[in-house]
Amino acid sequence: MKDSIIRGIKFIGLGFLEPLIRLINKEEPKKNTREVMRKIVAPIASVFIFIGLWQLGSTSLYNKEAEYKIEAATRNQGEEAAAKLKACMESGDANCQPNTLPSPSQVYAAYQVLLEDHKQISADKEAFAEKTFEMNKKRVAQGKRAITYTGRPSFVDQIKTSLKTVFAGFLLALFIAVPIGIVLGLSKTLRGSINWIIQIFKPVSPVVWLLLVFMIVKTLTKNSDSDSSFIISFISVGLCSMWATLVNTAMGVSSVNTDYINVAKVLRLRPLQKIFKVILPASLPLIFTGLRITLSVAWMVLIAIELLAQSPGLGSFVWEEFQNGAMDSNSKIIVAMFVIGFIGFALDRIMLFIQNLVSFEKETI
Amino acid sequence: MAILELKNIYKTYNPTKEDKGEILDNINLNIEEGEFVAIVGFSGSGKTTLVNLINGLLKPTEGEVIFKGKPVEDTSHERGVIFQNYSLLPWLTVYQNIDMAIQEAFPKASKQEKDVRVKEHVEMVGLTHALNKYPKELSGGMRQRVSVARALSMNPEMIIMDEPLGALDALTRGNLQDEILKIWEVNKRTALLITNDVDEAMYMADRIIPLKPGPNATLGPEFKINIERPRNKTALNDNEEYKKTRIKIIEYLMDLGEKQAAKSTSSYELPDIQPKDFRWDTN
Repeated sequence: MKDSIIRGIKFIGLGFLEPLIRLINKEEPKKNTREVMRKIVAPIASVFIFIGLWQLGSTSLYNKEAEYKIEAATRNQGEEAAAKLKACMESGDANCQPNTLPSPSQVYAAYQVLLEDHKQISADKEAFAEKTFEMNKKRVAQGKRAITYTGRPSFVDQIKTSLKTVFAGFLLALFIAVPIGIVLGLSKTLRGSINWIIQIFKPVSPVVWLLLVFMIVKTLTKNSDSDSSFIISFISVGLCSMWATLVNTAMGVSSVNTDYINVAKVLRLRPLQKIFKVILPASLPLIFTGLRITLSVAWMVLIAIELLAQSPGLGSFVWEEFQNGAMDSNSKIIVAMFVIGFIGFALDRIMLFIQNLVSFEKETI
Repeated sequence: MAILELKNIYKTYNPTKEDKGEILDNINLNIEEGEFVAIVGFSGSGKTTLVNLINGLLKPTEGEVIFKGKPVEDTSHERGVIFQNYSLLPWLTVYQNIDMAIQEAFPKASKQEKDVRVKEHVEMVGLTHALNKYPKELSGGMRQRVSVARALSMNPEMIIMDEPLGALDALTRGNLQDEILKIWEVNKRTALLITNDVDEAMYMADRIIPLKPGPNATLGPEFKINIERPRNKTALNDNEEYKKTRIKIIEYLMDLGEKQAAKSTSSYELPDIQPKDFRWDTN
């Protein structure tokens, strides 16, 4: 029972809970207490210290900003206005709050506001779908386009859009980089002749890729009504992030253990058999390392690209909130920051999990 | 007629450089059909290079390897190879590892024939219970048995074994020697065993040829082992012929080893230095 639980949590990447389970089962209490302290209590403590430092920092920034604001008001509008402003600030009115780094509690409040907003919008959507259901049926029957909800997207909708974009970009990177990487890994001549492209384009910034893709896609989609901002952003994400997979695949394929290559030669495997039965499985660990890097790079550049491409998603959410400039917006930006971080972490874990499933070396990292 | 002929083989890995790094020089060898030949040599004497020349993974710089009257250009299913480090593919099961060889060697056979052939060979090495296990779940001896089954499943005319038992413990080693001999005696394929163990070579082979250590490794005089098969390990120790030949081979190899050692002992000239101010502090 206990062992199967431990195996289960290790399988899903929660191995740090192991000593706690052992401790509950009264197994080696001394050693396991120490392990629990090290692996569970210490990290939790560090979270609290982090929040504490954040609180201190934001308070001091708040005070500084408030002081400055009151001083400015005294100088420009006189004592009375300054006193009014001070009273307004102390009352907690959002309109006269100084604009600075929000405190943890403000961020949490913003998180709840966003959640509430999401509930509101999804309720609206449902109501809209219900209302237009009959009419849409008729319109479709008449060969007209159905009416769709065109209201403001909620925060959760933005996350979904971002995930969709990043997966499209990741798949694009996968389908371009892995086959090319394999071909490059197999042929020394090709590797030598194409190396300059990789070396030159690998360090190019996501912004420039976006502009390049924009130039091309803009012309190509001139006469179609497809969602060009989505196409532009996912292609740019794919192009920015594919290099890690390309380089890793080429390296993995070209550095397969000579023992395996000798086996393939001695058994006289046909070229395709050799690639699929020997070379690919042998280079799978490196290919997956590349794919993991690709996915995390894709997620990282996605935000910047969405921001620039005006494509809906977390990036444009952050940008719009920043343009908005209210104290509440700052809190929302920080919420988005945490959401981005958590999703990036989760994506990496998922990739690690798949990697462990498919590669023959079960003990990786 | 000899099934395998090595004619004046010379092998170096960098022929153009000043320090040529010659591995093998002036290697001449004839192996008759059905014969069991062992080549015994020190580690680092170029044994693996010699094996790779014969199985077709490498080409000689000069000279010719002739198999069944034709020069060896590439690897072939007619020469099965058993590697020292097993070289099983870790992502394939025992069945799949052997099946891969059979797929290539008998492309025209029906699915069922191939399946039967895989199982036959797995049974031959006594691993039917491990048919669907991965190499990492097997012990070293079991892995080498799979490797033996894989090499034999292609029905080669000659088996080349490159220190096949080198990484195994003494007990497993003894067992596998017996098993390989048993399989060999059934259909008397030509066999070439490369080893660094004189007793193993004497127990298994008809003929032993020492490989003088490299650089410029070359083959020494051959020793015939005229002991009837099947041989009995315990009885061998009392066999006069065996004892004599064993002493001869070992003396020859020891001699070679000493010469090699003598060649490499250059005397060092120690620098004449003394500490400048070194004194005992008595307080």
